[in-house]
Order: sequence, then C-alpha cells, then structure tokens
Amino acid sequence: MSDLQIKKSAETYDVVIVGSGAGGGMAGYVLANAGVKVLMLEAGAYFDPAKDSQQLKWPWESPRRGAGTTRPFGDFDAAYGGWELEGEPYTTKDQTEFFWFRSRMLGGRTNHWGRISLRMGPHDFKAKDGLTDDWPITYEEVKPYYDKVDRMIGVYGTKEGLENEPDGIFLPPPKPRLNELYIKQGAIKAGVTTIAGRGSVLTEALPGNKDRGACFFCGQCGRSCKVYGDFSASSCLVIPAVKTGNLKVITNAMVREVLTNKEGLATGVSYISKEDMQEYQVNAKTVILGASAGESARILLNSKSAEHPGGLANSSGVVGRYLHDSTGSSAGGFLPQLMDRKRYNEDGVGSVHIYSPWWLDNKKLDFPRGYHIEYGGGLHMPSYGFGSGIQNMNGAVPDRNGKKKEAGGYGASLKDDYRRFYGTQFGMAGRGTAIARYDNYCEIDPNVVDKYGIPVLRFHYKWADDEVKQAKHMQETFQEIMHNMGAIYGGPQGADTNYGLEAPGKIIHEVGTIRMGDDPKKSALNKWCQAHDCKNLFVVDAAPFVQQGDKNATWTILALSMRTAEYILQERKKLNV
Amino acid sequence: MNRRDSLKAIGFGTLSAGLLLEACKTDNKKTGEEAAATPAAPEAGRQPFEVERDKKLNADKFFTTAEMATITVLVDIIIPKDGKSGSATDAKVPDFIEFIVKDMPQHQTPLRGGLRWLDLQCLNRFGKTFTDSTHAQQIEVIDLIAYPGKATPDMAQGVAFFNRMRDLTASGFFTSEMGVKDIGYAGNAPGKWTGVPTDILKHYGMENV
Repeated sequence: MSDLQIKKSAETYDVVIVGSGAGGGMAGYVLANAGVKVLMLEAGAYFDPAKDSQQLKWPWESPRRGAGTTRPFGDFDAAYGGWELEGEPYTTKDQTEFFWFRSRMLGGRTNHWGRISLRMGPHDFKAKDGLTDDWPITYEEVKPYYDKVDRMIGVYGTKEGLENEPDGIFLPPPKPRLNELYIKQGAIKAGVTTIAGRGSVLTEALPGNKDRGACFFCGQCGRSCKVYGDFSASSCLVIPAVKTGNLKVITNAMVREVLTNKEGLATGVSYISKEDMQEYQVNAKTVILGASAGESARILLNSKSAEHPGGLANSSGVVGRYLHDSTGSSAGGFLPQLMDRKRYNEDGVGSVHIYSPWWLDNKKLDFPRGYHIEYGGGLHMPSYGFGSGIQNMNGAVPDRNGKKKEAGGYGASLKDDYRRFYGTQFGMAGRGTAIARYDNYCEIDPNVVDKYGIPVLRFHYKWADDEVKQAKHMQETFQEIMHNMGAIYGGPQGADTNYGLEAPGKIIHEVGTIRMGDDPKKSALNKWCQAHDCKNLFVVDAAPFVQQGDKNATWTILALSMRTAEYILQERKKLNV
Repeated sequence: MNRRDSLKAIGFGTLSAGLLLEACKTDNKKTGEEAAATPAAPEAGRQPFEVERDKKLNADKFFTTAEMATITVLVDIIIPKDGKSGSATDAKVPDFIEFIVKDMPQHQTPLRGGLRWLDLQCLNRFGKTFTDSTHAQQIEVIDLIAYPGKATPDMAQGVAFFNRMRDLTASGFFTSEMGVKDIGYAGNAPGKWTGVPTDILKHYGMENV
C-alpha cells in the first residue's frame, strides 16, 4: 500500500463525461463532432457489438442453453452486469425492496435494452391533475430534439395523432406475429387502443448513414447487433465519436467524486482504474455526469467540500430524492387454436411489434396517470426453460383424438405435446407511471463502502396505493384481453402479491434523483440540466427527470442530453463554461 | 448500409435465404456435449469471470455413476426416440443435466434426494433399485408420479421430483441441435420479416386484423 499515490494528469480537457450510456454517449457524440476535446470515463469494459455480440448463436452453443445464471436476461444477452455486482454492493433500509441493475460496459444498459422508444407527451411534462411538479420545460421545447434523435438514430412506428403519444419521424414498423394478431384483436375488443410498436431498430436503411446496417430480423436485439441495426450507445454514439479524434475513452475507470475549487466550480474528477487499482485525477473545464440516475446521485453525494458540504449541487437537499421506477405487472397464457401450427421464421425484431398506449380517462378511475402494455409471442428460438410446466398446459386441451388428457405424463405422447404447444404462448406486461415522491430516495450509507472504498447507496422506497391500484387495473385488463383472445390462462394476480406489482428497480427505468427545476431551493439542476450551485457541472442521464410518464426513459434521455450538449456549445462560445 | 450490405458485413455474403439457413446449420455443428467438453478459451463478448467459471464447472463432477445411470433411464422414459427424432440420451441430455446442476446449485438437493426417493420406492416394492428393476416395474412407479392431477398425496415428493426431471429433460432436448430441428424452429437466419404468410393468415381468418 505504500506505493499508493494519486496520479494527477497535467492535461486539461474541455469536457470530462462520466458514463458512456445513452446520456453520456449522446453528449460525447455532439461535443466531439463540434470539435470539443472530450474525455469519457466508463466504469466497465470496452464493448463493441460488432465483435462482442453473441448474435446468431444457437442454444446448444451455451452449456446452460441460454439460461440466465451469470447474466439475468440469459447467457447470450449483452449486459455485463445485473442486479448484483461482485464487490459493488448497495443497501436498503426500512424493509425496502429495491433492485439496482448496473451494466459495467461501454454503452451501459443500452446494449441489451428493449429498444422501445417512446416520446413523453405534453401532459407528461405538465400534468393536468396537479399531483406532481411540472418540468421546467414543455414538450414543445423538447420536440425538436426528439425529432433530431429520430433522424439521427432511427425509430419505427406509425403516425397515430394521439395527444399524449406524440408521433415521431418513423421508419416502417414490423408487422405483427400471428400471436400478436390475436392479442390485437382481443385488446381492441376490450376497448384497449393497440397500435404498431415504436422501437429503435432500422427496419430500413437509415437515410444518410453508411456506418450502420439495416435489420435482418433475427429478433435478438437483446444480444446487441453486429451490424449496428439497432440503437446501442456503444455502436451508434461512442464508437463514432471516437472516430472524430476528439473523444478519448478510458474504460474500467470507476469515478469516485467530482473535484471542485475554492469558488465551488468543478475542476475535474477522481477515479480508480480497475486495471491497475491506482488512483487518478483528471482536469476538465466542464464536467458532465451520465453515470445513471443512481450512480450520478452517488457521485454528487460523495463529492463533499467546504463549498458543498451536503454534496455537490445539493444545497437544496434534493439529490437522491424523488427516485422513481416504472410500475410493472404481467400475465400470459397460450392459444389452443394455434396448436400444431405451421412453422416459419417468425423472429421479427427484438423490440415490440405492437403495443397499447394509455387509453383511458383518469376521471373515471381510482388511480392517477396510466400505463402502456407491451406484448409478445410466437415461434421463438428454444432456450433453457423450453416446455417447462407442460403439466399445467397439456391437461387443459383435448389430445389429437379429441380426448381430454391427464396432465403431465411422459413418453412419445409427451414428446408430441411439446411439438403441439410450440409457438402457442404469449405474454403481456404493463409499464406505468409511478409518482415521484420526496420520500422515495437513495442516500449514502454511512457504514458501507464498495471494494474501491467508495461509500455506497442505500435505498428507501415504498409503493403507494396509486401504484398498487394501477397494477390491479393492469391485471383486470389482461384478464379481459386474454378472455377475448380465446386463450387459456391463469387467474389474475391478487392482493397477496400487490397484483403482481414488481419491486421498484425491477423495470430498470429508475429516474429522478437529481431533478431539474426553476427554483434552486427545490431542484438541483436548471432547465438545461446545469447545476444551480455549480455552473460548469451538467447531468445528462435520467437523474434530471422531474416526473417520468409511462414511457420508457431512453428516448427522453437522448433528447435531453443532445439539448444540454448544444447548450454547452453555445455557452462555450459565450465563454460562460 | 442496406440489408444486403449488412449481411455481407457479418460474413453472409449474398446467399439466398434458403442457402443461408443451410449455411447457418453447417457452420454450427458443435453439439452441446462437444461445447461442454472443449476447454473454455477466452472468447469475444464473454467476461473473464464467466470463462473461468465455465472451466471450473466443466472440471467438477456432481452426480455419481449410479445417479447418472438412473438419470439416463429417466430422460429416455420422458423423451424416447420416435419416428421424427432420437431420444433424450441421443441428444446428450444427461450431460446437460450434469452441467446444469453445477451451474444452478438449487437443482442439486432436489435431484439427488429425488433419485434416492425413487430408489427407495423401488426397493420397498421390488427389492431392487430403480435401474435394477424391470422396465415394467420402472413404469409402474413412474405412473404414480408422472400425473400430478391423479397422484396420491403420499407420492407428492415424487411428483415434484418428476416435474423437475421432465422440465430439465425438455430444456436439454429441445435446445440441442436435434431438438431444435425436431421442434421446427425456422429462425436464427437472416432474412426479411414481412408479416405472417398469407396462407396462414387465411387459415386462421386473420387477414383483416
């Protein structure tokens, strides 16, 4: 340990960015393309989907046949990480159940995400019910950036003209699979609006882009794409930004804190290299955090100084507060009418083919806001778990001779059942608005550090009646849709499981911990995601979100990060940062 | 980049869809068993700890020879050879089960204990272990635990064990090259998704949905 010293870089970068996911990647891309000298620090390994994706592997190429033993979403999934990381704990208090998913890799969680790319709508930025704080910006102010993200990255969908589901600049959507046609029919009969999905997959070549290939429909976006046919921050933002010569990436660099001077301004960051376990400091004129809502809050709270005694950018005390993740509850079953169906390649794309945007009026409901529904089903690649629980299915339908069969079994007739049921299953999952609450938060655990000696986050989070009632409504809706489909399915999840409501963090849409606002007493960042207390510090991940709608966060992270990066360019011209 | 260029970029050239499908198959002849037997080497997109872990799992042995013999009999009772494909052991399902219990230790006690439970049933009934019993005797016991809806309460532990064996056998078989071919999965091959084929839409009356 006597060799341990802090290595200080003599160089001063224009900008240092912490994190290489959607937020950090977009900021780095915009700034590097404008000629700004950028250093990007990523806590995980280098990852290039072109080389590192497990795309097109067969199940037998995995000894665990694609099971999720070391990777939560399966052996071929792209994420290096998960709910638990060796040597990097987090804690909870007050019987909180909270799960924090971290991907330690270039591009972060955008390598494996579902590619569902929804804009937040006018009422998500300024809600009519007055229950939550307004954003300091409107949909109209963000719209030009959503448009630019659509053109730059590509998203499929259909123009629907729905008030709070703004249309984008769309590539053609993939057509529904057979099971999804049944879902659509059943949902529409239940009065549930069901439209083409919206996903960042290049169903056609992206106009003007020569670096990315068009989708070839393997349905494996979760593995990340070797031809860059879908959006990952690694393939679409960071790797192209490196090619400008203006952005340098250091991987395996775990940031400890943001460094500040006597004036309270940011001067750079300190980090530990996971490769040599040495301590480093780098200087920059501007610091941008894009480390994720949890990790960016952690860095700020750990960046204490005489000028920022409660942590950096935290004179308001809101850093870590208003943490919220989408609600989630799901259901599934099988379609007996599809037994013995004809085989064909039904892989499609690895994002949703159809979905239901929120369709109801809350005046008639006992909970605020709403949820959307994501659907799936079809002739998918078998993997670990294939045919499991067949004893719950094969007694429910007549056999080939029209006779009811005893459930379970073995032998030739069981083997035949696996064939008969293949491709009959489907699933649906609600993803809803959770209310941002002051009392749901993360903070620094006073007693626990990770293996790098960095104090860790401790979570306190409780669902309220609003979210539980929303999950109940999801379950009732699913039952009606499945009934209309002529499906065979189990009963709804009940009060004993909070109606299937997933624990917070499980949907991996956690946001809100470093909120924007016009009032420095009630928010950490101004409307440009610039710290009220430190003008050369910006946050570009999902931490600035004031109140998330039911929409998945990524498209809004990208739009806001682009907007902040353009603001930084303007301010640099005016010599303000 | 258009679709053809993107396929070229990953080495698929300009082959037709049918040829591509064949190419994919012949490119990937390695079976699960061979993959498991090959020493783990550092490979693209795998984290070092995963490679190390697989190496260790492959070096370890969990089941005894006698236990493996019972598993071998059981998986072929569950998925036998038929006119379309081979049996579970033809698809190396016992090797898969040996691997998966090391990968997922939660299977270890239920399987080891379940195998012993099965032997005890046979010893009490026939004075012989399961593998030493005749095929008819084996089936007599399996019939008591293979049908959860009609099994008697005193067979509940056997039912739970057999459900687990059935699931693992199905996982192992239908994720093998033989099983994927049997089930008729037609994907994992580059192409263009243009929706459900017209004849199928018509068959199900879904043309206008």
